[in-house]
Amino acid sequence: MKIVILGATKGIGRAVARRLAARGDQLFLLGRDQQDLERSAGDLAIRGSQTARPGTAVCDLGDPRTFLPALDAAAAALSSVDCVVVTAADFGTQDALEADLERTRQLLDVNFTNTIVFCESARTRLLARGGTLCVLSSVAGDRGRKPVVLYGAAKAGLSYYLEGLDHKYRLDGLRVVCVKPGFVKTSMTSGLKPPPFAGEPDGVAADIVRAIDRGQPVVYTPRIWRLVMLVIRLLPRAVMRRIGF
Amino acid sequence: MRTTPGITPKIPRYTLYLPREFAETLPVPVATSSTLSGWGRLAVPGEEIRSEDLERATRGAVLTRGLARSYGDSSLPPPSHPRVVASPLADRLLSFDSQTGVLRAEAGYSIQSLLQLFLPRGWFTPVSPGTQFVTLGGMVAADVHGKNHHCDGSIGRHVRAIRMRTASGEIVECSRGHEPDLFRATIGGMGLTGHILEVELQLAAIPSPWILSERQQIGDIDEFLSALKDRAAHWPFTMGWIDCISRGRHMGRGFLQCGRWATAAEAPRTPPAPLRRLSVPFVCPSWLTSQFVGRVFNEVVYRWNTSKGAQIIHPERFFYPLDAIRHWNRLYGRRGFTQHQSVLPDSAGREAVRQLLKLLTDRGAASFLCVIKDCGDQGEGLLSFPMRGTSIALDLPVRANTQAVIDQLNEFVVSVGGRVYLAKDAFTRADHYRAMEPRLDAWTAIRRRWDPAGRLRSAQSVRLLGDAP
Repeated sequence: MKIVILGATKGIGRAVARRLAARGDQLFLLGRDQQDLERSAGDLAIRGSQTARPGTAVCDLGDPRTFLPALDAAAAALSSVDCVVVTAADFGTQDALEADLERTRQLLDVNFTNTIVFCESARTRLLARGGTLCVLSSVAGDRGRKPVVLYGAAKAGLSYYLEGLDHKYRLDGLRVVCVKPGFVKTSMTSGLKPPPFAGEPDGVAADIVRAIDRGQPVVYTPRIWRLVMLVIRLLPRAVMRRIGF
Repeated sequence: MRTTPGITPKIPRYTLYLPREFAETLPVPVATSSTLSGWGRLAVPGEEIRSEDLERATRGAVLTRGLARSYGDSSLPPPSHPRVVASPLADRLLSFDSQTGVLRAEAGYSIQSLLQLFLPRGWFTPVSPGTQFVTLGGMVAADVHGKNHHCDGSIGRHVRAIRMRTASGEIVECSRGHEPDLFRATIGGMGLTGHILEVELQLAAIPSPWILSERQQIGDIDEFLSALKDRAAHWPFTMGWIDCISRGRHMGRGFLQCGRWATAAEAPRTPPAPLRRLSVPFVCPSWLTSQFVGRVFNEVVYRWNTSKGAQIIHPERFFYPLDAIRHWNRLYGRRGFTQHQSVLPDSAGREAVRQLLKLLTDRGAASFLCVIKDCGDQGEGLLSFPMRGTSIALDLPVRANTQAVIDQLNEFVVSVGGRVYLAKDAFTRADHYRAMEPRLDAWTAIRRRWDPAGRLRSAQSVRLLGDAP
């Protein structure tokens, strides 16, 4: 497969890229920092089975003007694209966001508006004739919750966009995969206390690669979170107001 | 707190700066989510900063840790700086030459990942400690040794270059040719000379990914020392397990395991499959490591491990038998455990090894695992642990008398000119450590040159080296 990944230098994206490279997929990496991208491309080239060193291009979810040039570079390098994966996102704790309005606007822009604009660009440019669009949303978008009011709101919007996209284009050959990771021990969550069922990036990446292969519309990972969120969604408001989760 | 006559603890052990309720009961608090601990589960308040970008994360930090497999307080923060940078997410490979086997990687790259990738390609880490859950940075900081120490020395011998952030914030690449002092002080320097960012390592070429191994049951300590010496000439990997509860005639009985890489002709055609791992799901009650259970366990292990001729075994079973059980440290209960690993120089003779074992068996300090290994020559690392002699490692559950046991063992180690392994240690006293380590002044001089203000430090360096808490 020929796969473009936005966010492959860190966290879950890094783990996904390694799994794909190990099995011989051809990759193109998008990210904010050219030097960091080159380092990751080098890492993947050593780990990869027989694949060539992945190409790279700068693409910043904070700056939509970078989207089209980056996607064009990917299209030119891979000639045809089978799959676009978006693992990049912004994160801030609820306390940090509440204290800073500008920071809140920035996070909502990156995680909702710009992510969707990027997906639209990828859909029209790369996946017009079908393919897979795999985007990391979050279990935080499944229900309004105290610790993730703002982050969760953006992810909820993203999840709904991905669901709509799936309904509209699945028959035209566009397979949309909405990934909802629970708590994963990455640098993004460094400093937060891991809850029970916290996942490791590599295990989560295995679930994501499987979902891409199957074209699964929604995937919870680690899988136990499907059950956890089912319970959370069913809890009455009166209970949600009282618990800290 | 207990003291030994003649030694006043001027340097705070990490018990002394903990909340009173901990300091007044047993030496250590119980590990929780707001504490950090090493493999021995002895905890101090602290927090890990996980980051892919070590260069950024180490700015202003006082300590970096890897996978926290050191047993004691080497990877624990000093009380005034509870945040420690954790390197395992910084695990990118930077270059690999498939002709020469020279690998350069970020410091958080683990041996587990290295095996997955490079074993099938015919390469192995030149030196491996008893677990694969260690990072390159951690291996360099502790200058780890393995079953092949008598042939290949410790990991430092195979390190070609280290890129690090020093206390001033400067990023320095050091090697034998460039800043050799810093290089030698960093190998075995317990991360106290700078944050290790990248490591360049010479991997070892192997003929197949399988091990050919042989085991011999051994009746007493004299036979053991002779057998170790005898096998060292023919086998690249050797190590022994000792039943350290049996006394008298049986003192020092156990088994000796030797191995080498199987040749392509001897090895099975299939690569070694990933092993299934069991896990200890919760912290066990402390009677599990009582003396009685220890006696039974040692008896069973001794009888189970009969002599066995050459057979092909999985490399993980050979190098990392304990990795088969995840979280095995939970078996030692809430109070955790410590390890005492010392090396007794050849100059002290066999009598010294016998005396150390006698000391231990007389006290009845039930140790579940006692590992014996003959060491080769001392490496370049200024504080590197191994020296020509015999290394003995004992796991000891933490009890009220642990400090006294360690003190007694250390007094003996000092008297025969041996030393202890910092990566295992949590209870050695500063006075004892100084008495064991004549190289300390030379190392400290280099450390001070790079860190005049003494910024970089750990709970261990506060305890042993007199650093500011």
